[in-house]
Amino acid sequence: MSMRLGALAMTSGHSGWSKRLHMDVPLLLMLLVLLAVGLVALYSASGSTIHVQRQGMRIGIGLLAMLVLAQLDPRTIRFGSLPIYIISLIFLVMVLYVGTGAMGATRWLGIPGLFMFQPAEIMKLAAPAMIAWFLTQRELPPRLWHVLASLVLCLFPAFLVVQQPDLGTALLIIASGLFVVFLAGLSWLYIAGGLLAAVGTFPALWLLVLRDYQRQRILTLFDPEKDPLGSGWNIIQSQTAIGSGGWDGKGYLMGTQSQLNFLPESHTDFIVAVMAEEFGFIGMALLLCLYLAIAARGLIIAINGRDTFGRLLAGGLTLTFFIYVFVNVGMVSGILPVVGVPLPLVSYGGTSIVTLLAGFGIIMSVATHKKL
Amino acid sequence: MSIERFQDYAREQVLVFRRTLFAFCLIVLLCILLGARLFYLQVMTHDVHATRSNNNRISLQALPPNRGLIYDRQGRLLAENLPNHRLSLMLERIDDLDATLAQLKELVDLSEDDIQRFHQQRQRPRRPFSPVPLKNGLSEEEIARLATDRYFLDGVEVEANLMRSYPHGEVFAHALGYVGRINSAERRSLDNRLYVGTEYVGKSGVERFYEEALLGKPGSQTVEINARGQILRVLDQTLPTPGADLQLYLDIDLQQATYEAFEGRRGAAVAIDLETGGIVSMVSSPSFDANQFVIGYNSAEYAALQSNIDLPFMNRATRGQYAPASTIKPFLGLAGLESGATTWDQRIEDPGFFQLPNDDRIFYDWTWRIRPEGRGAKIGLEQSIQESSNTFFYHLAYNTRLEGLHDMLDRFGFGRVTTADVHNPARGINPTRDWKRERHGFSWYAGDTVNLGIGQGYMLTTPLQLAVATAVMGRHGEWFTPRLLKDSSDQSLLDALPEPPEDITLANQSHWERMEQAMVGVVHGPRGTARALAQNLDYQIVGKTGTAQVFSIENFEDHDSDDVDERMRDHALFVGYAPRDNPRIAVAVIVENGASGGRVAAPIARAMFDEYLRLPPLAESGVLQ
Repeated sequence: MSMRLGALAMTSGHSGWSKRLHMDVPLLLMLLVLLAVGLVALYSASGSTIHVQRQGMRIGIGLLAMLVLAQLDPRTIRFGSLPIYIISLIFLVMVLYVGTGAMGATRWLGIPGLFMFQPAEIMKLAAPAMIAWFLTQRELPPRLWHVLASLVLCLFPAFLVVQQPDLGTALLIIASGLFVVFLAGLSWLYIAGGLLAAVGTFPALWLLVLRDYQRQRILTLFDPEKDPLGSGWNIIQSQTAIGSGGWDGKGYLMGTQSQLNFLPESHTDFIVAVMAEEFGFIGMALLLCLYLAIAARGLIIAINGRDTFGRLLAGGLTLTFFIYVFVNVGMVSGILPVVGVPLPLVSYGGTSIVTLLAGFGIIMSVATHKKL
Repeated sequence: MSIERFQDYAREQVLVFRRTLFAFCLIVLLCILLGARLFYLQVMTHDVHATRSNNNRISLQALPPNRGLIYDRQGRLLAENLPNHRLSLMLERIDDLDATLAQLKELVDLSEDDIQRFHQQRQRPRRPFSPVPLKNGLSEEEIARLATDRYFLDGVEVEANLMRSYPHGEVFAHALGYVGRINSAERRSLDNRLYVGTEYVGKSGVERFYEEALLGKPGSQTVEINARGQILRVLDQTLPTPGADLQLYLDIDLQQATYEAFEGRRGAAVAIDLETGGIVSMVSSPSFDANQFVIGYNSAEYAALQSNIDLPFMNRATRGQYAPASTIKPFLGLAGLESGATTWDQRIEDPGFFQLPNDDRIFYDWTWRIRPEGRGAKIGLEQSIQESSNTFFYHLAYNTRLEGLHDMLDRFGFGRVTTADVHNPARGINPTRDWKRERHGFSWYAGDTVNLGIGQGYMLTTPLQLAVATAVMGRHGEWFTPRLLKDSSDQSLLDALPEPPEDITLANQSHWERMEQAMVGVVHGPRGTARALAQNLDYQIVGKTGTAQVFSIENFEDHDSDDVDERMRDHALFVGYAPRDNPRIAVAVIVENGASGGRVAAPIARAMFDEYLRLPPLAESGVLQ
């Protein structure tokens, strides 16, 4: 077994600067390509250089965060897990009382105009780190009460995020926690039981937890034509955009669906429809391959991690990254309900890019700190 | 590090490795799932989506034609299209309709009616992103205020279009008619291909009759639009064909003078140019402002007009059916002469009544009262026309018999439609024996014929028919095509005008001259019923008065009009033409409950004569060709 692990160990890109900067070169290159493609698509989707400039600035901040986190030893991160988790929880509670926001949702904390951040985004990193720390304190695979405790550790912050309300982020926090538990060797029995319980509690969830607009989104998924000008509009228009792209697309800046504004939120959550319309199936296949390659690289780093904490965290963060892709492309192409999940590293929007790149910083840290 | 610890660590590592591998497989599967979905959308169902995308982007829009303009006899505008600014809402772009309406109320003058109409309209089926009109006729000031606040008013649009406008809306409301919003019944019956993009349709009068010509043909354009319905680019365009312009015989000055002469009383007047047969004036009083139908009546105002006892919406000139009373006497006189029932020299004794042989019923006449000789004088046809003697005409009708009367009345156009282009005129009634049996189930009595002799009983006529018949009289039997249309940019409209009815040729054509002379006496004779009219008159009027009974007074020995409730008073009528030497215009006037044809109706006719004779003669050619 150790032989097989050795075969997967990385040998590439250990030139001087990348080693000093604790960068994993293949992952960095792929991320940079993705970010570049994202900016190109954003220019088409938003039709303005202002959006591209702002996004570029956020990418800069994100890359800086990645660089900083990559320098930290996974051990340091591990020790920081608990305090950061607790602080994030406090922030999340504060958001509900002193947060600011827009369009019916309160997500931001800080001093308006000076420094603002979304505590939920920090929780996306803090929750899996906390659970990874919690589980690696104990023997793996986790026992039932470890699993239950882990669930509480991610469900409680998710519950706070739902209050904002931000269902998409809440689900991602839960997902990131569950991925860690899964990677830690969660019993298949529990997994099966959990799935059954999820199916069983769905009616209660439907009636008690979900809000009207959230229910509407799910219903719309099954029959978008029912309300073609209301909630079905987004789905119909995005599928039309994607479908009309065909094999090779309509060409860059030539997508009529997005350029003529038929596509709503074309530069944020629905940006993938713009790309599909303009670059076609070939472009989308390449994009999915790039995402798959990044995820694969992340998982390779994870299994080559120095300790279990690093492995679990790197693996969990990678899977969370991928689940962003799946949920976003799934909802835009009409196989998942519309939840506010951006296309990672491409969609316009500040905090998610910084968080994602920070997450990759942690993965880099796991990749480049090998010696015991 | 102990061995156990290391083994433990290795076991964990294997566990995490397996799980990670499993997760990777799952990721690949999900990727394939996404890829398959994209393949389905982009490759397998590409055509469907490509079509839908094009339908989104490309919109075929109708370009409504400009409605034809309408001019008066002298080339002055009667109906035009004025630029209108309309406030509309694009509902798909408005999140909170109530808030937007509340906001708009601050900026523009919105009535409850505007809002109610808006709510009705927005319930109707329509294309997505098509604006729903809220208020027409925005003022410059309102447009400016809306422009200032534009950025806070998403979905609020100010559209510019053309709106029908009638500069003389009240005076011409009945004759010209008006356009109004196409209602749902019309939407079903009209040819939708012609009315795409058009919201108005001619509802009455000239606007209705010449609807097809005035409408024009819509054009279309293929445009690229964005999701907000804004046009980005015109891809293809077929321009609309504007509707035909019309010039009418109607004259603004004459119409105005006529309408004013009524002073708001109920009634109608029609004037016909004797040279051409063109209808130069057609007034129904009281009237209403036709422009209100275009803008949309305020419901309270509309209800008030609708329930108004004076029936302002009714076109009395073409739809009002009245007993012609004594104005029918010149025509019946010709019938009597033609049938040989009377001659100009015949004299009969007037005892003040007429009685049918073997019948108790007495037909009264009070004309003897104004004669110096009193009861029992010998009277002839000419005197009977001037004094409007009933007794003579009772005799005349009885001797001419119904068939003789009906035939002559028919030749003058009574009981049928002779006009070429008047919308929906009433036919009137020129009774026959068959008609009565069919209509009332009784046979025709001799008494009915006697009543017909003084224009009472079953006979009904419209002011329009009276005017036409008077014009034929003025032309000594030479018919013409009574019409409104003088000229048009569309020659086919002129070609479509029907041939005139057959001329009236009398066995002795000199009867025309004698009858004219008799009728001159009505105004200019010493005992003429309209002799008051002759004062300060520098031309001669050929006329006849009439006073129609509104309710049966046969059994009253006497009655005084002043004592009777206003609406029970007799209708006052006058027909005539002028000037005698070179007749130019024939008129028929009726004033409901006016009591006396000579005192009330005749002055209105005089005002019309005065005005028309003051005007320049009709130009030969129209302004439009």
